[in-house]
Order: sequence, then structure tokens, then C-alpha cells
Amino acid sequence: MTDATALTPATRARSLPKVKGRAVVMTLYLLFLMLPIYWLLNMSLKTNAEILGSFSLWPQNLTFENYVTILTDEAWYMGYVNSMIYVVMNTVISLAVALPAAYAFSRYNFLGDKHLFFWLLTNRMAPPAVFALPFFQLYSSIGLFDTHIAVALAHCLFNVPLAVWILEGFMRGVPKEIDETAYIDGYGFGRFFVKIFMPLIASGIGVAAFFCFMFSWVELLLSRTLTSVDAKPIAATMTRTVGAAGVDWGVLAAAGVLTIVPGALVIYFVRNYIAKGFALGRV
Amino acid sequence: MQQKTTNHKAWFLVLPVLVLVAFSAVIPLMTVVNYSVQDTFGNNQFFWAGLEWFQEMLSDERMWNALQRQLMFSGIILAIEIPLGIFVALNMPKSGFWSSFCLVVMSLPLLIPWNVVGTIWQIFGRVDIGLLGYTLDALGIDYNYTQDTISAWITIIVMDVWHWTSLVALLAFAGLKSIPDAYYQAARIDQANRWKVFRFIELPKMMGVLMIAILLRFMDSFMIYTEPFVVTGGGPGNATTLLSIDLVKMALGQFDLGPAAAFSLMYFLVILLISWVFYTVMVNLDKKGM
Repeated sequence: MTDATALTPATRARSLPKVKGRAVVMTLYLLFLMLPIYWLLNMSLKTNAEILGSFSLWPQNLTFENYVTILTDEAWYMGYVNSMIYVVMNTVISLAVALPAAYAFSRYNFLGDKHLFFWLLTNRMAPPAVFALPFFQLYSSIGLFDTHIAVALAHCLFNVPLAVWILEGFMRGVPKEIDETAYIDGYGFGRFFVKIFMPLIASGIGVAAFFCFMFSWVELLLSRTLTSVDAKPIAATMTRTVGAAGVDWGVLAAAGVLTIVPGALVIYFVRNYIAKGFALGRV
Repeated sequence: MQQKTTNHKAWFLVLPVLVLVAFSAVIPLMTVVNYSVQDTFGNNQFFWAGLEWFQEMLSDERMWNALQRQLMFSGIILAIEIPLGIFVALNMPKSGFWSSFCLVVMSLPLLIPWNVVGTIWQIFGRVDIGLLGYTLDALGIDYNYTQDTISAWITIIVMDVWHWTSLVALLAFAGLKSIPDAYYQAARIDQANRWKVFRFIELPKMMGVLMIAILLRFMDSFMIYTEPFVVTGGGPGNATTLLSIDLVKMALGQFDLGPAAAFSLMYFLVILLISWVFYTVMVNLDKKGM
């Protein structure tokens, strides 16, 4: 310990509360986070008879039957496919429109820019419940009801402002001299933006994509309201487990576990940028 | 901060966003405004009703009660999540494997679809099959979130703390990481104690990100719908019927378009107003270079 402090006095100053205390706090907190998820996983590996019949901390007769049910029934697995389709569509659309806009906000003053920026943000603040009914009528009237694109467009309501916000934060950190040098070197705007600027803010684009993915993936109210059969998201499919014979807890838990998987995979890819991303590029 | 040049042609870059958001926000919002000033007797016949619905809603106890519950909910979760999030962030490992490990595990609840969050806690809290409910029951504590108001409230609050505290912690952690070592060295030379380091170095440096955290948590908790709906369905009685749940009941359940629209607009305005205050504070902090 003495050696370490001699080398880095600052580190010691930071860890004034004992290292052990920290570990205990973090362990307790992570345990609090994992317990409910573990319980879901636990239930998904049990049969319904076991879930209702006895109480045990882990499955006594391990079974994958619940997962088999989901992965072999088209009505079930299409829910995942539908969700993935509109989530990806939404992410692509959001980023495509947000990139140039964020560049404009980060580089130029223009008429009404501050009001526009705040107005965009207000859409992130709009409760989906307010928009559920009008969206339903709007998309029905233009014949897009129950399509993936309808949900993708509806989710743009909150994802586009968010993407603009995040990207603007990242772009602000890129020195303006780079733009100017590129223009002097004869780059046009399009070529400069794609060839030079986008690689510079690659991490920002990744983070913005992650957030669009996340908020589109977790949203239920709008996606459920705008679909009936063909584009039904997995979240809405899960209500199927409530039948005449009561709730099929095992399948419900298995479906829940499967919805956590894509998120867990995506987190892994952006793990180094999570902190910066959550600060919306502002740290 | 960098100097920006004035260039009105930048509007062309913003245009796609403008068109898209106008399509997905302005048109629906105008529909809501339309409904809020009209009355209908079916058959798509509408009559001008003026501000009648607004007056009706304002004198309706149902909305005031929902608003009260909503304010209570948002207040409680902010009071728990912000301090707890800061506390967790202060205790996180600063670098290395355990730091990334904590980051990944903590982000996990944020990426779970909201109805699954509801489902997880619905199961977890059940007295017959859930770990939490079963344990509390075995300890002799009277706990039943479907029938008891207090239990229902505790369940949805603990659920929200479980779901979102990590967001606050991650933001605070990002703020902490941006503090240069020199600050801590200076504090050591001055022999500042732990509390003073927190109060005069860490807290001011975290202020910017904390404002973002408060803004996000306030907005999202104020429009929360799915999670409490899945767990309690707004019950027992109306005990956990928050604003969004009440609104969806009114608009899609009973199809009372006029009152629901008036309700929507007032609901949106309240959020806008409070968010605007936060936003102004945040922009000012940004300007000061925090």
C-alpha cells in the first residue's frame, strides 16, 4: 500500500473511504440489480407445475421446454423478428436525418436555431400516451397501420431529438479548424462530411445508434397501438401467455429472458463509451 | 466554447429533421388540439365545444388526483434515485476490468423492454411464486401489491429505483471521471476531508451531468405508463393510476376523445413548463463551461 501511494498520491486521495467499503456497496447494489433478473431466468427453466407447486431458489428439474415453445412457434418468434425490423429501421432513419442537423446546430448560428433546438427536445418530453390515439388515426388514414415503417416513424418522435442532442454534443468536441482545412483543400461538403467528419465522430454515431436502438426496443405503448398482426412486437405478443387456464408463467419468463438478450449483446459492443454516451456526449 | 459562424443556409441541413418531426409530432398534436375543442355524437360529426372540455377537466377531481399521485411518484423516485445514484457512482471502481464489469451489469436494466420490467417485478413480488413476496410473507410481513395500497406503491417505487438508478449513477460516474487528478492533489495538500472533497470538488463538477440526469428522470417518470400498468394495472382501486395510465384509460378505453384531448394538452404543458426550467438551468451551466 505504501509503495502504491508513493507512486500515485492522487489515487490514494480518491479512495479515502476504505476499498473494502466500496466493494461491499457495489456488491450489494449489483446483487439488487441481478436478483429480479435471476428470478426470471430461474422461472424460465422450470415447468409450470414446478413454479406453482413448490418454491425453490433454483430449478429442480431443469427444462428448456419453454424456450422450445417460443423458438418453434411462428406466432412467438415472429414477434422478435418484427421488433428487430422496426428497431433497425428506426435507428437508420433517426441517424440519417439527425447527422446533418446536429452538424448545423454544432457549427452555425442561424435564424431561430435555439428555438428549434428546444422544440426538438420538447418532442422527447412528449408523453407517448398523448400521441397514441392520434398516431393510430394518422397511420390508419394513410394506410400504414400494422406495418413496420409506421412504428419506426412513430418512434422517431423521441429518437430523432435524442440523436440530434447526442451527436451535437460529440460534434462540438471536434475543432472547427478541421472543417476549414478540408474546405481549403477542396473538399465539397458531402465528401468532407462522409470521408473526414463522420470517422472523427464514429464513437458518437455508435452511441447515438445505441440509444435509438435502446429506446425503440424498450417502448411498448406506441408499438402496440400501431400494430395488430403483421408487425406485432414481441412485447405485445407476451400478453398471449394469459389464457383461459391462467398465466403460462414459464413461457412468459422465457420470453422475457429472450428480450433481454439483444440488449445485453449491444451493451457489450459499446461498453467503452457507455459513460460518455449517458452524458449525451457532454463530458 | 467555439465561435460559431452565422449561416442561414444551415436550415437546409436541419430540414429533413424538421419534416420528419413535423410529420410525427405536429400533425398528431394538431389532431389532439382539434378534439379538445370539439364534441362528437359519433358518425364523425363534430361540434364546436370551445373550452368546455378544459373547464370540465379542470374541475374534475379525477385529473387532480392523478396529478397528485404523479407528483408524489416523481418526487419520491427523484429523492431516492439521485442521492443513491451519486453514492453508487462514488463507490464504483475507476478503471480496469471491474469498472467495465460494473458498467455493463448496471446498464442491463436500462435495456429491458418496459413491459418485461413490469413482468419481472410482477413475478418477483408475488406471494406465491416470487422471491420478494415469498420472503416477505415468510418473515410475517403483510405484503400484497394487488390489494394493499402501500404495498403497491412500494413495489412500483422499488421497481423504478431498480430500473433507473443506474442511469443516474452512470451519468454521475462520467462526471466524476472527467475531474483532473490535480484537483484531488490540491485537496490533499489542503488536507480537505472526504466530505469537503465531495462538497467542493466532486459535486460542482458533477452539476452539469446531474442536471441532465434530473431532467431525464423527471421527464420519464412523469410519462411512465407501461411498468406500473403491467404490475398493478393502476390498482388497487385507483391507488397507482398515474397520469398516463389515466389518460390511456380515458382515450383508448372509454373513447372520451374531447376530455382526453384536453387532458393531454394540459399534461404536455405541465411537462414542458418544468422541463423548460431544467433546460434553461442546464444551458446556463453549459455556458459557464461545466
